[in-house]
Amino acid sequence: MSSVIEMIEGLGRSVLSALARLGLAGRFFLAIMMVIGVPLRRFSLLVRELYFSGVRSILIIVVSGMFVGMVLAIQGYEVLQRFGSSETLGVLVALSLVRELGPVVTALLFAGRAGSAVTAEIGLMQATDQIAAMDMMAVNPIARIISPRFLASVVSMPLLACMFSAAGVFGAYLVGVKLIGIDDGSFWSQMQAGVDFRLDIVNGLIKSLVFGVAVGLIAVFEGYYAPPTAEGVSSATTRTVVTSSLAVLMLDFVLTVWMFRGLNG
Amino acid sequence: MKKSKFDLAVGLFVAAGLLALVFLAMKVGNLTGLETSEGYRLEARFDNIGGLKVRAPVKSSGVAVGRVDSITLDSQTYEAKAILRIDQNYKFSKDTIASILTSGLLGEQYVSLEAGGDSVYLGQGDRIAKTQPAMIMEKLISQFLFNKASETTGTSK
Repeated sequence: MSSVIEMIEGLGRSVLSALARLGLAGRFFLAIMMVIGVPLRRFSLLVRELYFSGVRSILIIVVSGMFVGMVLAIQGYEVLQRFGSSETLGVLVALSLVRELGPVVTALLFAGRAGSAVTAEIGLMQATDQIAAMDMMAVNPIARIISPRFLASVVSMPLLACMFSAAGVFGAYLVGVKLIGIDDGSFWSQMQAGVDFRLDIVNGLIKSLVFGVAVGLIAVFEGYYAPPTAEGVSSATTRTVVTSSLAVLMLDFVLTVWMFRGLNG
Repeated sequence: MKKSKFDLAVGLFVAAGLLALVFLAMKVGNLTGLETSEGYRLEARFDNIGGLKVRAPVKSSGVAVGRVDSITLDSQTYEAKAILRIDQNYKFSKDTIASILTSGLLGEQYVSLEAGGDSVYLGQGDRIAKTQPAMIMEKLISQFLFNKASETTGTSK
């Protein structure tokens, strides 16, 4: 009997601590927002973080985008030619990339490539008391360390998602038109007729902007509150990747329902 | 000097991202043409719109001249009210006929405008008087069966 009660107690404790952590993250987000002007005024801080988060992620994003586009073209063609409508391959690939895969896969890759690095960096700064030292020198660590990294993630994500989608469309073009031999003109014209700038491309951009906020916040939060031990930093890095992947996929569902439901109404 | 390396790389990064966006907007999407031009709105009432959707193209002689802006049901007359946004460059006479057609066998449905001979043109907010509803497969089949049935009863007499 007592073991059952203990189990329920444990459940309650973990729910409460998760809620408290969410509240802490919310306060942390507000604290970042208060000083978000600092990296804009001291632009070199932001440029440095954009380099490490954004520029260094270009290669993995573009290469993955191209392969995703090429695979989509092969798989899409396989199904579409059963219905004799292989010319619509361009629409299929472009819509899947611009609406879903571009923002989502970019965010997942970004969390693994850049988010984990940010968490490890900040966690190690915390563990070696660099952040406390900064605080002692009356330098606000949130303004100096956290907010540039957060803002860099928010800025890089839409740009990287655009590159991913563009590379994917190019990959689909290579496979669909050059390899399989779909008509060049109908590939592009069907795509242009089926993809709307505001409804598809802008909505995709909004998605990736939201993912940028989510991944950026989770990465700096996990780093800032990582236990100051080797183990603590490593588990915080893992948590960044796991939590931001889950958050991205859940947010994607919510945003998709909000944006694309009733599109055919 | 190390800072300038960051600056250049980040500048290139932002430029490449924006270039990708322009590529998506111009080559993949349809930012050029109809979407940017303002146009005027026409109203058309149909008995049945079939599978017509918002954003479906409006064509005249096969050329896209606008898009369907909204589709609502008039609760007084129980007719479907479609608002068509037509490109400013195109003018249609008062006796234009609007009909809902299907492109190809399985293609999407669109609104076709057939211009008449009237010298007065339709303007913003005007209503297209003559319309032709979408063809509904079930109705066609039942009409066909009905005709067949009346034919056979006619001959057996």
